[in-house]
Amino acid sequence: MSARLSGLLACHTCHLLCRRPAAGSRGLSCPRCGTALHGRKPNSIARTWAYIIAAFICYIPANILPITYISTMGHVQGDTIMSGVIYFLFTGTWPIALVIFVASVFVPLLKLIILIYLLISVQCRSTWRPRDRTRLYRITEAVGRWSMVDIFVITILVALVQMGNLADIHAGPAAPFFGAVVIITMLAALAFDPRLIWDSEES
Amino acid sequence: MLIACHECDLIHRLGRLSPRDTARCSRCGAVLVRRKPDTIERCLAFTLAGLILFMVANIFPFLAFKMEFQVRQTTLLTGVVELYRQGFGGVAAVVLITTFLAPAVHLLAMLGLVVPIKMGFMPPWVPHILRLVKMTLPWSMMEIFMLGILVALVKLTKLARIEPGIAIFSFFGLICVMAALTAALDTHWIWEKWTTRRLPTR
Repeated sequence: MSARLSGLLACHTCHLLCRRPAAGSRGLSCPRCGTALHGRKPNSIARTWAYIIAAFICYIPANILPITYISTMGHVQGDTIMSGVIYFLFTGTWPIALVIFVASVFVPLLKLIILIYLLISVQCRSTWRPRDRTRLYRITEAVGRWSMVDIFVITILVALVQMGNLADIHAGPAAPFFGAVVIITMLAALAFDPRLIWDSEES
Repeated sequence: MLIACHECDLIHRLGRLSPRDTARCSRCGAVLVRRKPDTIERCLAFTLAGLILFMVANIFPFLAFKMEFQVRQTTLLTGVVELYRQGFGGVAAVVLITTFLAPAVHLLAMLGLVVPIKMGFMPPWVPHILRLVKMTLPWSMMEIFMLGILVALVKLTKLARIEPGIAIFSFFGLICVMAALTAALDTHWIWEKWTTRRLPTR
């Protein structure tokens, strides 16, 4: 039986089980550690949708605009994420192309698609393979942070390659959008409550 | 002891767990409790090692870039400063938080948690620290930064000579220590001790 059906509330921080008062759980805090108590994360579905929409909006400029400007001997070249991947694919270092493609293009999109699927399945009260859907959620939660790698690569390139006319690397306008995509998708995963997947099983 | 699964909300009754035991949710498979032996001693060791490595990693340059008689060295923070100078304050802030502030807060918080407990008293700030550590964990991205260093290395080898500095090794050590620190922290044990406010006499 779940805590919700037995009239109990579990604390997110210290795992203490508390009895839910008849008056409802609004404004309660954990007697052991002081964290605000909720049966489920508040407005989980609406907040996750909001983050997903915001991430999609940022995903477009992040992929269309140039993410770095490389100038060598007075010649300036703007690179988008995809053009960087294609460059590495054809200059022989395909493992790097794979790392950048998976981390920067594939993972954020996959994460958004999985979260959308989970939200729709929860809203339709689906009872189909909840264990696997929980596992999908766990994957999105664990894998999302690795998308940040491109931001770090840019940081290092920008710090190292400042040689005036010889070679110069600047961050491009896509960088803030890309950073926003990574952070917003992480917030989306944190806003989603996996226990919602199991609620339709019980009702 | 009763415990609710944090991923599917199913209530379980837990018996006594011996050291290194792991209790998993019978319905969704999430880890309910994992017992970690000598949590305070091991966390203290990893925290101290982490603080030393953190200082070395941030003071010394981690990469040197050589091109036609010009040499440029970089520490973690030069990248942040350069991004800020180019007008990307937000991106600079994100990099600063994920590679500098979050690990620093994590290590200092652990120091404030583990040292008093080791010395035999339960400080009143224990709940705040445990909450803080839980909050900073997803935003501490040193291991991802390490992957970023590797990608940047390969990207630049065609352009110029790249030499790794001392900091890159302490960086690598720091990643291992931080992972070990997270794995060694038994929050359930600390919460139990916090409830009884008594330390075991061992």
